[in-house]
Amino acid sequence: MSDIILKTEGLTKHYGGVQALEGANFEIRKGEHVAIMGDNGAGKSTFVRQITAVEQRTAGKVWFDGEEVDFKGPLEAREAGIETVFQNLALADALNVPDNLFLGREIFKFKLGPFSVLDYKAMREKTLASLEKTGVKIPNINNAISNMSGGQRQCVAIARTATFHSKLTIMDEPTAALGVQETAQVENIIRTLKEAGEPLILISHNMRQVFDLVDRIVVFRRGKIVANLRKEETSGEDVVSYITGAKTAPEYAENA
Amino acid sequence: MSASQHGLGGLKYDPKKRHRPPELNVFFALILIVGAFEVLGRLFVGDSFLFNTRDRVDTLFNEPRLKIIVLQVAIIGIIALGVTQVIISGGIDLSSGSIVGAVAMIATAFAQASVNQYGMDNLKPILGEAYLNLPLIVPIVVGLFAGLVAGVVNGALIAYAKIPPFIATLGMMLFARGVANWTTKGVPISYLQESYAEIGAGMNPVFIFIALAVLMHFLLRYTKYGKHTYAIGSNEQAARMSGIEVERLKVLIYAIAGILSAVAAIVMSSKALTGQSGMGLMYELDAIAMAVIGGVSLAGGRGSILGTCIGALIYGVIISGFTFLKLDAFYQEMAKGAIIVGAVVLDQWRARKQAAKS
Ligand SMILES: Nc1ncnc2c1ncn2[C@@H]1O[C@H](COP(=O)(O)OP(=O)(O)O)[C@@H](O)[C@H]1O
Ligand SMILES: [Mg+2]
Repeated sequence: MSDIILKTEGLTKHYGGVQALEGANFEIRKGEHVAIMGDNGAGKSTFVRQITAVEQRTAGKVWFDGEEVDFKGPLEAREAGIETVFQNLALADALNVPDNLFLGREIFKFKLGPFSVLDYKAMREKTLASLEKTGVKIPNINNAISNMSGGQRQCVAIARTATFHSKLTIMDEPTAALGVQETAQVENIIRTLKEAGEPLILISHNMRQVFDLVDRIVVFRRGKIVANLRKEETSGEDVVSYITGAKTAPEYAENA
Repeated sequence: MSASQHGLGGLKYDPKKRHRPPELNVFFALILIVGAFEVLGRLFVGDSFLFNTRDRVDTLFNEPRLKIIVLQVAIIGIIALGVTQVIISGGIDLSSGSIVGAVAMIATAFAQASVNQYGMDNLKPILGEAYLNLPLIVPIVVGLFAGLVAGVVNGALIAYAKIPPFIATLGMMLFARGVANWTTKGVPISYLQESYAEIGAGMNPVFIFIALAVLMHFLLRYTKYGKHTYAIGSNEQAARMSGIEVERLKVLIYAIAGILSAVAAIVMSSKALTGQSGMGLMYELDAIAMAVIGGVSLAGGRGSILGTCIGALIYGVIISGFTFLKLDAFYQEMAKGAIIVGAVVLDQWRARKQAAKS
């Protein structure tokens, strides 16, 4: 049990009458990279938002790092060690790269409640080190994010997760809006995570990418998990038939 | 700064393409406007706007006019400092002018003396005999506290009751003006103590404004408070996901704005030697105009205290310039209206240009 970093049981989220997520049982081991696939509206992002406490779940239990957890908000989840790249980029456009990297966990010269004084120099240096480490290319880190390409922004968001040592990284469609080169760069960052033994939940529609990068594929359909497949024991066609509903794994039959 | 601090991962960085700070543009606009009044003055009224053309030759500049400009600007400028951070956070504050009115009445009620400067007895103390000749700290603390409460209510309505800032502060605008009128049923409060009168005497309002501007500049630029204020104005959802406690921060932002309005009220009533319920009427719009002229974006996330200070100067120069050109007050009001709309148009145009670039 102890090598399971995250586990959910019966995780459920209803938005009024919409049953966006229904009884999700999911687990991921330390060092493991798992992909979540599924059609648009299948509940993938909803699943992420419940784990990271961006929203409060309707029902279900979550264990993280050996303990049952009930995070009150995203900061608690992050402080516990879950780093997330959300689908709708959680970046502040008007701020520059270090500001965004350290948003919500700034380094201070001295602490004085809300009026704590920022240590810009330290944050800039750590930013440069982290960008260097992840190989992210940014012409000028002092520029506002709004002056950057979609790919550069995404890289900043991902570099943010790599800057802080996390126990689990979650990326929700990190390459959906990127070009070929930018996608390759993001995939490289994911490989560095794998080498460092950091577990990852990757939400993606890109079959090639998923088969290149992860160990296991979990398929969501209409708010429910319908398959849990080891990469070696499945194929792209197989996964597609689970996504579309042509097939349902026997152990998930009641979810079909 | 070494080259590697800019160009990263092999990408070239061209320092020439670095963005000009927007405050510089606002500053150029200030110079341009001053120049325009100088030229118009020499052409149409045969006088210089900026320079001393009188017999006294010891000063180069027309000091009385410049002093009037900065004095006019200082009190509304104090409000504009608070409004600036509110707008940067993605909000708006329509209540600042009315808070000035309410706080002016409340503070001066506690600042009354038993005799006025002509030796006349104060026969009708507002709060009764027991509240005459109180130490200076009392009206100041009571006034600031009243501003704080108004600001906290604004912030709580916006952050927790989720009422749009425009509506919440519009309500506070009406309510606070009501409080101002209710205190004495419209009767001005006079017989103020000398110590109170000294707060806003001479050029003090300007010094107070400058000190507060430096403080607010520091808060917005160098503290977590400031960084998070920009963050929620730029992308509230992102700020929330980054773990910023948006609600508490908003309450703090509006609270600080309320306190700054209260400071303006104390300075203003001290300078005028009276508290009047109509004080600060429409100042909220002047303050917003100063901020917007200074490059603070109504969309949130962008702007600075420095910009607002220059915006305030532009505003003061234009108002004083109209008087200087001996134009009617009506024109001044029309010009104010045009400036506000013009500044917003400029802001939107800037935003569109930004969007088109990325
Ligand atoms: N805040 C919300 N309010 C109401 N319905 C929502 C909300 N967020 C998501 N949904 C609904 O929940 C379902 C799952 O959405 P989502 O998790 O975003 O899907 P995915 O990320 O797999 O594309 C969709 O039907 C969506 O419309
Ligand atoms: Mg999604």
